[in-house]
Amino acid sequence: MADPKGFLKVERVGPRKRDPRERIHDYHQYFAFPEEQTLRDQGGRCMSCGIPFCHEGCPLGNLIPEWNDLVHQGRWRAALNRLHATNNFPEFTGLICPAPCESACVLDINDDPVTIEQIEGSIAERGWAEGWIVPEPPDERSGKTVAVVGSGPAGMAVAAELNRFGHRVTVFERDEAVGGLMRYGVPDAKLEKWIIDRRAGLLAAEGIEFVTGVDVGTDVTTEQLRARHDAVVIAIGSRVHRDLEAPGRELGGVHFAMDYLYQRNRCVAAGEGRPARQTPPDQVISAEGRRVVVVGGGDTGMDCISNALREGATSARILDVYPELPAQGRPPGTPWPLPPKRTTMTYALEEGGERQFGSQVTELVGGEDGCVITVRARQVSGTSSRDVEPVPGSDWEEPADLVLIAIGFTGPETHGPIEDLGLATDRRGNVKAGVYETSEDGVFACGDARIGQSLVVTAIAEGRKCARMVDRHLGGSGEVRRVTSETMFAIEDGDEHSLRHQAETAGAVTVGDAFWSGPRDEG
Amino acid sequence: MKPSAGLHDPQFEHDACGVAFVARLGRPASHEVLQRGLLALERLEHRGAEGADADTGDGAGILIQLPHEFFAAESGVELPEPGRYGVAMCFLPQREAEREHAIRLIERNVEAEGQRVLGWRDVPVVKSECGRVAGEAAPYIAELFVGAADELPDQDAFERKLYVIRQVVDHSGLDGLNLASFSSRTVVYKGMLSAPQLPRYYPDLRDERFKSALALVHSRFSTNTFPSWELAHPYRMLAHNGEINTLRGNRNWMQAREMQLASPLFGDDLQKLLPLLSDDISDSASLDRVMELLVMGGRSPAHAISMMIPEAYSGRPELHQRVRDFYAYHSSLIEPWDGPAAVAFSDGRVIGATLDRNGLRPGRWLVTRDGWVALASETGVLDVEAEDVQAKGRLRPGKLFLVDVENGRVLSDGAVKRNLAERRPYGQWLDDRVVHLEDLPPKTPRVPRVEPLRAKQLAFGWSEEDLRVLLAPMAHAAAEPTASMGNDASLAALSDRRPPLFSYFKQLFAQVTNPAVDPIRESVVMSLQATIGPEVNLLDETSEHCHQLVMPQPLLFNNECERLRQVDHSVFEARTIDMTWPVEEGPDGMERRLDEICQHASELVAGGVNIIILSDRNLGAERAPIPSLLVTAAVHHHLVREGTRLKIGLVVETGEAREVHHIACLIAYGASAVNPYVMFESLTGLHRDGMLPEDMTNDEAHRRVVRAIGKGLLKILSKMGISTIRSYCGAQIFEAVGVDKAVVDRHFTGTTSRVGGVGLDHLAREALDRHSRAYPAAESQLLPSGGIYAWRRDGEFHGWNPETVATLQHAARGDNGNSAADYERFARYVNEEAVRKSALRGLLRYSDDVEPIEIDDVEPAKEIVKRFKSGGMSLGALSPEAHEILAVGMNRLGGKSNTGEGGEDRARFFDERRSSIKQVASGRFGVTIDYLVNSDELQIKVAQGAKPGEGGQLPGHKVDGYIAGLRYSTPGVGLISPPPHHDIYSIEDLKQLIYDLRCGNPRARISVKLVSEVGVGTVAAGVAKANADHVVIAGHDGGTGASPAASIQHAGVPWEIGLAETQQTLLDNDLRSRIVVEVDGQMRTGRDMVVGAILGADEFGFSTAPLIALGCIMMRVCHLNTCPVGVATQDPVLRAKFAGQPEHVVNYLFMVAEEARAIMARLGVRTVDELIGRTDLLVQDEDIDHWKASSLDLSALLVEPARPALNAPRHFTTPPDPVLHDSIDVDLLQRCRPAIERGERVALEIPIANKNRAVGGLLSSEIARIHGTEGLPEGSIEVELRGSAGQSFGAWLAPGVCLSLEGDANDYIGKGLSGGTLIVRPHRGATYPAEDNVVIGNVALYGATQGRAFFRGLAGERFAVRNSGAVTVVEGIGDHGCEYMTGGRVVVLGPTGINFAAGMSGGIAYVLDDDGGFRGRCNTEMVRFAEISEAESKELLALIEEHRDRTGSPVAEGLVGDWADAVGRFVKVLPFDYERALAEEARQEATAVPAVGA
Repeated sequence: MADPKGFLKVERVGPRKRDPRERIHDYHQYFAFPEEQTLRDQGGRCMSCGIPFCHEGCPLGNLIPEWNDLVHQGRWRAALNRLHATNNFPEFTGLICPAPCESACVLDINDDPVTIEQIEGSIAERGWAEGWIVPEPPDERSGKTVAVVGSGPAGMAVAAELNRFGHRVTVFERDEAVGGLMRYGVPDAKLEKWIIDRRAGLLAAEGIEFVTGVDVGTDVTTEQLRARHDAVVIAIGSRVHRDLEAPGRELGGVHFAMDYLYQRNRCVAAGEGRPARQTPPDQVISAEGRRVVVVGGGDTGMDCISNALREGATSARILDVYPELPAQGRPPGTPWPLPPKRTTMTYALEEGGERQFGSQVTELVGGEDGCVITVRARQVSGTSSRDVEPVPGSDWEEPADLVLIAIGFTGPETHGPIEDLGLATDRRGNVKAGVYETSEDGVFACGDARIGQSLVVTAIAEGRKCARMVDRHLGGSGEVRRVTSETMFAIEDGDEHSLRHQAETAGAVTVGDAFWSGPRDEG
Repeated sequence: MKPSAGLHDPQFEHDACGVAFVARLGRPASHEVLQRGLLALERLEHRGAEGADADTGDGAGILIQLPHEFFAAESGVELPEPGRYGVAMCFLPQREAEREHAIRLIERNVEAEGQRVLGWRDVPVVKSECGRVAGEAAPYIAELFVGAADELPDQDAFERKLYVIRQVVDHSGLDGLNLASFSSRTVVYKGMLSAPQLPRYYPDLRDERFKSALALVHSRFSTNTFPSWELAHPYRMLAHNGEINTLRGNRNWMQAREMQLASPLFGDDLQKLLPLLSDDISDSASLDRVMELLVMGGRSPAHAISMMIPEAYSGRPELHQRVRDFYAYHSSLIEPWDGPAAVAFSDGRVIGATLDRNGLRPGRWLVTRDGWVALASETGVLDVEAEDVQAKGRLRPGKLFLVDVENGRVLSDGAVKRNLAERRPYGQWLDDRVVHLEDLPPKTPRVPRVEPLRAKQLAFGWSEEDLRVLLAPMAHAAAEPTASMGNDASLAALSDRRPPLFSYFKQLFAQVTNPAVDPIRESVVMSLQATIGPEVNLLDETSEHCHQLVMPQPLLFNNECERLRQVDHSVFEARTIDMTWPVEEGPDGMERRLDEICQHASELVAGGVNIIILSDRNLGAERAPIPSLLVTAAVHHHLVREGTRLKIGLVVETGEAREVHHIACLIAYGASAVNPYVMFESLTGLHRDGMLPEDMTNDEAHRRVVRAIGKGLLKILSKMGISTIRSYCGAQIFEAVGVDKAVVDRHFTGTTSRVGGVGLDHLAREALDRHSRAYPAAESQLLPSGGIYAWRRDGEFHGWNPETVATLQHAARGDNGNSAADYERFARYVNEEAVRKSALRGLLRYSDDVEPIEIDDVEPAKEIVKRFKSGGMSLGALSPEAHEILAVGMNRLGGKSNTGEGGEDRARFFDERRSSIKQVASGRFGVTIDYLVNSDELQIKVAQGAKPGEGGQLPGHKVDGYIAGLRYSTPGVGLISPPPHHDIYSIEDLKQLIYDLRCGNPRARISVKLVSEVGVGTVAAGVAKANADHVVIAGHDGGTGASPAASIQHAGVPWEIGLAETQQTLLDNDLRSRIVVEVDGQMRTGRDMVVGAILGADEFGFSTAPLIALGCIMMRVCHLNTCPVGVATQDPVLRAKFAGQPEHVVNYLFMVAEEARAIMARLGVRTVDELIGRTDLLVQDEDIDHWKASSLDLSALLVEPARPALNAPRHFTTPPDPVLHDSIDVDLLQRCRPAIERGERVALEIPIANKNRAVGGLLSSEIARIHGTEGLPEGSIEVELRGSAGQSFGAWLAPGVCLSLEGDANDYIGKGLSGGTLIVRPHRGATYPAEDNVVIGNVALYGATQGRAFFRGLAGERFAVRNSGAVTVVEGIGDHGCEYMTGGRVVVLGPTGINFAAGMSGGIAYVLDDDGGFRGRCNTEMVRFAEISEAESKELLALIEEHRDRTGSPVAEGLVGDWADAVGRFVKVLPFDYERALAEEARQEATAVPAVGA
């Protein structure tokens, strides 16, 4: 810690956001990292705590105080090494993480936390810009091969790590490009997709084979995978939508948010000349000129709004069943250092979206064409799905041409590998894989498929830990020479009330500038 | 001695005492000498002690010349002429058969040596005159008369024969047989008696015919009460008041020397003397035996003692070159026996005394015109008319006082030393034979291989923290880094992070029985000088003896190590031994290799090699390093056992060592020098990577780190009270925690290891594990985080981690609306996980053999919490907000808070913010009579867990105006408390301080805070015997606030061990019921409390945990003043962020108590009292199958000692007997009532003697109780006293009281002076020049805050130490004057010793410099010599006039008479910081705008 008094002298400076009136006209990242000196000053706010709660709050166990200080000193390359020691893809988490590290930062007790996430992202970008991030294929090959099903952050991370151990890794992705929901669920305003391509290219150069457009279970059987590979990792995410239970759900103009976002992202990709599947014209969901109502106040909902506004929606409104929470402070139940439940401003609201709290949809009313025209709703009270209480006489109607359902996912899709291999699942429908091993020998699972919907950062952590177990299964030591940090050896699941656990589970993180969290229904 | 049971080991018993001698010159032997000796002894009685059985003394004895006239008449034996017969004073078994056996054994040996058995005399004793315990153990005492064989040429030869016989008899090891003396010149009468009992027990001593020209007496204060008659002093040649800190090393080295001993005086008899020492004899006895060997071997007593206890001679230009040569030469023969020591010795012809180099014991002498000479621990032991006194003086550090009784002369130190120095051409020999490192020619490296740095770092277990937290800061600052908040990391034996072997070794430190040294302020006595090379016959003196390589410090740069490796064979013969072993051999290979190494070393020694370099540079992909400490110790002990150790010097070249502690371990286990090459290479790497300041060269970085390590080494030495690396080498001042006993016994022989632990297999596997991470390695590979100094997920486990901190805070604050649930989570996590992974108590579980009871039957929580204390955290370390809220919380709880050592704002005395425990630490900050009187408990902080053996430290940026005001110091100036209390150099001093504090507040409990280490139990027993009410046993792991990083990590041991040892020792000594025992050190939960109670604690201290409840989040930046939650900072911006509330503390600690209740119900125990000491309720948890933890064996902690009295309580029941009834203040107070109660003036005259201690203290206490800090108006009480005042005269003296003493005074005069006036002047009849003679003792005005003192004559060492406000005039002082002074005025009208003004940051001293040498004796690191201004000249003149008026001093008169001339002869000593503060004050006054309404 070069400057113990940095936090007393420098105030928090976040990213430079573009004017919402301007940014709404394009699909580029809506913010930019500050200039170098600002970043260095911000790094100097880190107090190098005796117990760095940020480091614990981060599912990856990022060595945050170390690289904050190195950035403060301008030692970017050393910072990058420290960052890469625990995080394979800092350029992702540096952009789209709800940053449980920052809410656990000691400065968050009575001040503004260190801008950890943007420092992380800046280190990564600096590394790419300087050409420090280059393929580092393993020196020796083990002769073992692994198939990874799914190329989301968990699949990419498990592949990257296993490749470093020297195993030959093939990643199967049913969509046309890798990245999973990072690519198709997150708008470019938050994560421009060349960033994923850049990393995937590097992984390919290190020897990982990405097979896109191949649906395991359909285009290739899981048995074939098992026969051809020494191990199989299931990283298929948690993709079964939670549905809205209300009359009129079947009406036209009522869609799952993720279907909309998939289309929008493909549309943007096509516009930029990147490969993208064409949506059949009859299936196109468009918000242009429409009154859009989004059910669900999580990040997916926000992302829907931001897209809708860019498309030219006449209005974009979120109906959130939960009550408004204070924007500041620590409500009971999430005292520091736990990630707080707060209701904060989001980029999408800045851009013109509206949000209504405590609003439960009771019915969707269609017009003559069978398309929705009105959303009936009522005020409710309560803080969780279990204690929602309607307020008598509070019903109202909301005109709507497009209704998007963004209330999360219930678990992994069962058709495909899970059914084919007969993998045991837990009561929530996730693949049962205690320490990443499923009920089938040689088959592993990680990421949302194992733990339910969660964060990118959690997915990467899952992939890293899973890789160690796969390696041991393949006769390795579970250690990567180049990276000695032992963080990834912590494989036990902590007390479910622990900061680490809270950071790693999605439910605790509700709203904010996060890519993915979904509603808080723990069901 | 009783065999050790459980943790209590008699070898750690200590003693200290009063010592004296009396001699008469120019007259024949007389009984009067004896009588006066015995009178002196009786007058030192208060320095001795009694055990649980009040009649049994700890020991008293007398050494005199053989009383021929008496023996001729009484022996019943036909005696030859004096000189031709000797007397053996025999302690024999009481049982007749055994006695007969012993008698025959002695006789047989006498005859075997060709001498004649003349006959036996049963020594008459009066059995009723000793205590019960002593009586039960009393030996049968008889004297054997032995006639000299005719062929013996002289008496010296006869003495040698008697010596040989005695050694042989000793070696028989016969139980119950001990020869107290066996000489033709002297005889010793001693026993387990108190001073007055001695002559009553031995009627011989009262017989008029019992005559001697000299008498050496000793009164013992032991930390135990075991029956041990032979442990009384004097021994055969000496009596010792003090303690040998380096004993373990001295013994080992002596053992190593035995093989080389040869002397024509002994011839073949020499072998009969061996072994010279055994492990079961005390330090004093060991000292005695080696001195005896040297004297019998032909050296004079003065020569012998000067070799063993040399004064500090390097960097002392005022010593004659020849004298320095004498010491330098002898340093090649024998290492100093280091430690506080006043040693009085006699061979029957001369009698003398010397003092250790630090002057850590008192010694006052007196010579009269009619030939009486006396020396004693105190003045006033001999009744002499003032007009008869020729001179009075004191023993000075490292100096001798010698009386040649035969020739009737008193010899000065100078004369004796000059004689010694001229015996041989020592200087010439040194010039000829000593080799200096820089004399050796440079060599190109001859290294087995070049490995990548990263591989080496990984293989040796380096972490990123080693570079970032330790090495880089050392290069920055040339000093060890500071850290905060204690050590809550896992014990090495429980760690899964492969800690180095060094981490298992915990530094020992001095507490109570001997003082730590301040290596910074008193650097003059310290020495890092190291020597490498062979040693030769101790009994001879040749130039060959000093043929050694001498280095200024023990760290070798890489190129220096290379010079040594390739040294020219004509100078030395060096060889390197490889410390690595082949990886392919697996863990087993390590032990084989270790044996090979030892064998190889033997062969090299046999082949004439005299320097062995143990090196792990051969590390590589296929070879792993053996822990360097293991190899070093193994080779050292192997060669010691083999008897060849002294033929070689050991050098260790290792990549493993990277901390000061590592270097210290290597040296303490035998290395003369260490080359930590990876440390240097890493430093170069840091330099290359730009991690060091841009303008710092690589060489400079290296030099700074060496300097930092040197300072760190001195600190480690000094915390044990050791001054020189020379005597630290091989001294093994460590306790192993978690190392297998077999490993320790074989390779670390003599080291304490009490709970077993890892063996060679564990160590080998960890070494291989580290190695496997290093190969193959890439330079880009990152080092592990470490996580020792700051928590990391993948680093070392910490008891305080995100989980425990967060859940505790949630519980204490009720953040989640359910405190109980959050607490339960916290407690479960701590008890089942955190403690299990980090602390010994985690390995214990409750016994199944219990009958649970209903929880309602357990005493209520509100009773339990009364036993809770918060730790001594000072205001200064903590913010006022945190400090006050904590106090309020503890008060509301019903527990007690502790001020810490920073004093307390008077405004808090009378409300909820009051800390009822007031701490008295070595800095004595704010310790006024007002502070004392407003306490319920006074706690003497002897040591603290974070940094035992060191003083507290508060960095300057935390000393704001408020803090400085409370501490009577200068704002902005950092405060480091002295490592020792300068009034506690020994156990009898502690007893005195306890007495002083009782006078200061008779209603308060007196507590002594100790830190767990081996022997703490015996110290605690000593504390109980010193009359304390309360003792705290702190663990090594606690600590809040700032400390050196290495001290936090490596000093002290877990409280579980120390507490169990304390409990067992107190029970063994039947002292348990009279003292309250408190435990602290990372206490967090009810389970911690219950385990503490079971292991022996009545009360429980919590420090870190309540701070965390109040918001502390373990930032560990207390030392930086940047605490972001306002707990440990004085920055107003940050203080405003403090959010703690008293309820947080109350909530938390009540939940702890409730948890404890639930456990007690489960264990079937109703009250805490019932729980204390119930070790049957705990067993070691056999379910823990951790690969390392399962090697630990905690059974010794759970031993139930055999209690002396059936059903003696295991907990506190009865306070100690009152002691103040003998104080003359009781009477004084009555007579002063009119002044105190009615404001009348009181004037009194009373006599005083040295047994009257702390006179004025009790009186002042009553004044402060009624009148507060203001006391009484000036002149209210005037007391004239006559005689020799006892210690602590005028302690805490309150305003309005003036004590005027005619006579002289002992140590600690004016301690804590709080506004009163003290005057001491010689008896009016005295004819000697007062200004040349000593009138008061050492350590005057320690911690004085206010008041005036005038001393007509000389004072001792450390005059006005830590004075913070008193004004004083004295006519000359000893060494270390005005040390740590922060305020007040000191005027010295005569000579000063060395090291004046060390650490002085405030106040002004005026020193009359008539010899012109003062500037050279002043330590100018913090002060400058300034002009005396006009105003100051007036102030000074007024003070000297007052001195003249109050003492009648002609010296003052002379100065006043010609002031214009006189003022120019004064030197003004002005601290830089004080000057700055004064300027700041002046600036503020000039610019101050009066506040409205003010």
